[in-house]
Amino acid sequence: MKLTGAKILIECLKKEGVEVIFGYPGGQVLPIFDALYDADMRFILTRHEQGAAHAADGYTRATGRTGVCLATSGPGATNLTTGIANAYMDSIPMIAITGQVKSFLIGNDAFQEADVTGITRPITKHNYLVKDVKDLAKTIHEAFYIASSGRPGPVLIDIPSDIQQQEAEFIWPEEIDIRSYKPTSFGHPGQMKKAAKMIASAKKPLIYAGGGVIISGAYHELKKLTEKLNAPITWTLMGIGCFPSTHKLSLGMLGMHGTVYANHAIMEADLILAVGARFDDRVTGRLDKFAPYAKIIHIDIDPTSISKNVKVDIPIVGDAKNILGQLVEDINKVPDTSEWLKTIETWKKKSPLKYHDKKDIIKPQYVVEQIYKATKGKAVITTEVGQNQMWAAQWYQYDYPRTFISSGGLGTMGFGFPAAMGAKIGAPDKIVFDIAGDGSIQMNIQELGTCVANKINVKIAILNNGYLGMVRQWQELFYKKRYSYTTMTNPDFVKLAESYGAVGIRVTKKEDVLKAIEKAISIDKVVLIDFKVEEEENVFPMVPAGEALNRMIEGLA
Amino acid sequence: MRHTVAVLVENKFGVLARIAGLFSARGYNISSLAVSETLDPTISYMTMVVDAEDEKILEQIKKQLNKLIDVIIVTDFTKKNHIDRELMLAKIGYSAKDKAKLDGVLDKIGAKAVQRGNDTAIIEMIGDQDEIRSLLEALKQFGIKELVRSGRIAIAKE
Repeated sequence: MKLTGAKILIECLKKEGVEVIFGYPGGQVLPIFDALYDADMRFILTRHEQGAAHAADGYTRATGRTGVCLATSGPGATNLTTGIANAYMDSIPMIAITGQVKSFLIGNDAFQEADVTGITRPITKHNYLVKDVKDLAKTIHEAFYIASSGRPGPVLIDIPSDIQQQEAEFIWPEEIDIRSYKPTSFGHPGQMKKAAKMIASAKKPLIYAGGGVIISGAYHELKKLTEKLNAPITWTLMGIGCFPSTHKLSLGMLGMHGTVYANHAIMEADLILAVGARFDDRVTGRLDKFAPYAKIIHIDIDPTSISKNVKVDIPIVGDAKNILGQLVEDINKVPDTSEWLKTIETWKKKSPLKYHDKKDIIKPQYVVEQIYKATKGKAVITTEVGQNQMWAAQWYQYDYPRTFISSGGLGTMGFGFPAAMGAKIGAPDKIVFDIAGDGSIQMNIQELGTCVANKINVKIAILNNGYLGMVRQWQELFYKKRYSYTTMTNPDFVKLAESYGAVGIRVTKKEDVLKAIEKAISIDKVVLIDFKVEEEENVFPMVPAGEALNRMIEGLA
Repeated sequence: MRHTVAVLVENKFGVLARIAGLFSARGYNISSLAVSETLDPTISYMTMVVDAEDEKILEQIKKQLNKLIDVIIVTDFTKKNHIDRELMLAKIGYSAKDKAKLDGVLDKIGAKAVQRGNDTAIIEMIGDQDEIRSLLEALKQFGIKELVRSGRIAIAKE
């Protein structure tokens, strides 16, 4: 049967199991939108293409299924780019579909033309410009395979509008074989044996886990291994949820705003088992002082992540789920960690995560704790970027994967709200809370319109301190309190929410915090809560940029 | 250090840009580049010469090259026993009275004149970098008016 390119696209998306597309129409995607008009496919019209990209990303992070966003050529496509770069940095499988000007006009500076494959080349895992409608089905199938396999990432497909209109026989290619792309999924047996031996002889082993554990679905395998070794475990921001925070072996997050004891553990460990993490600079602090006594085993699916920042003793390339599962079986001798755990326990007692709670002022940390309490730890939390993100990471206890959704690598303000929208669509039965700052929420606040129109009932908690808080914190600590352009003049968020048709609640008293959160949860609507919090609160502990991990500012006496 | 890196890639548009992007994004210059089809017309072969003072960065670039979807094989010839060649064409000042002198230079180095005119001659040479450098040195006396060189190509020895 012959179909137009636009219809072939829709058929392919159905074959891939796509249930929702986030996007925005425009001149060069009119044929696709015409096909969507009577297609059996949910479409969410966002208010900005960036919102569509982040929503697709949030959907993926909440479900593990590849999210899809769609935009027109030129400005539509360039508006997607922040969202694409964001997904790329955090290895999120996503498909971005863009319209392009008619193929014979490409390169002529046609209206709304941009070289989108050129622009997105360094921020996609791969991208395609489709020049023949006969290639479309194969391209889409390949794109989904590439996006979701190996180290996942966004793949962009740029489709000129004449290709969308032309007809071709719709043939779904069942098999994909890309000769130049064969991701490794099982660990090298020799390396695995060496690793098992090294682990057995360790005295102070530490597991350092990252987002790769969540992506590969290795939650159970990691838990089994950690418990078998009886080893302490710490994780990155991206790794939050890869292991239960409330578990006795948990040290929480490490790095710049990690716990004191996690960072001490890194500096004292004699063996670090890194899984699906990439030794990012926010994690390692000063590189030449990082983990001075530790041998390092690094499990990662991406060979380019290995020995990139930190020299590794035993690299194991492959999928974390397979490798951890195998390691649990391979390890027959486990180290005695009782002394090591005792030492860590003293660190935990001496330097727990803390803040100065006050009676008359709402502390942002307190708000996050109350969200935890009200949702019993079962919510999906998304964050913006900055102090709100760090407090959300520190003061909510995450026990399950895919419950903490945050822009780790790119650090994109404005991510959390549209990501919450995508997450809620992917996980409709969960409470989804965006923990935001008053600065970052305004970067994509227009998506209130999308949420209300589509009854995507997410909850927003603004930790409103009237500042671009994280930058202000740095200015306070390292730039002599010269608060250069970090003060915000904000709108009335409650009225703003109401004008969109959402519910707005303002909280200025500590005793109203929990009540407001409970109320927000009980209302089956989009709810925005504006918490007026301590204005100059800082995120602690903190490792100043360029310092070793044990040189932490604890902030409190 | 100079590195000769070769990649076997899918013969498609955009592949060269992806590869070049890996170098340029890290502030590395590709000092020479040769691209051509292989016996299989769906595959091309690219040979690049790169100055990389930091081995770690080069190692990272090679891994990144391997990671590109369209790259099939990456070979670093730097530590491999190999033969490499470049093609050079040079237009030099020449008149009939220079014949004996020029022939002497060409015979000694193994180059040839592919065209001799009234004012200029065009010299062709196939050789490795050092051979071409010594030819250029010897041709300076005639005055080099134009010079074009291909990218380096390389092949591993047995």
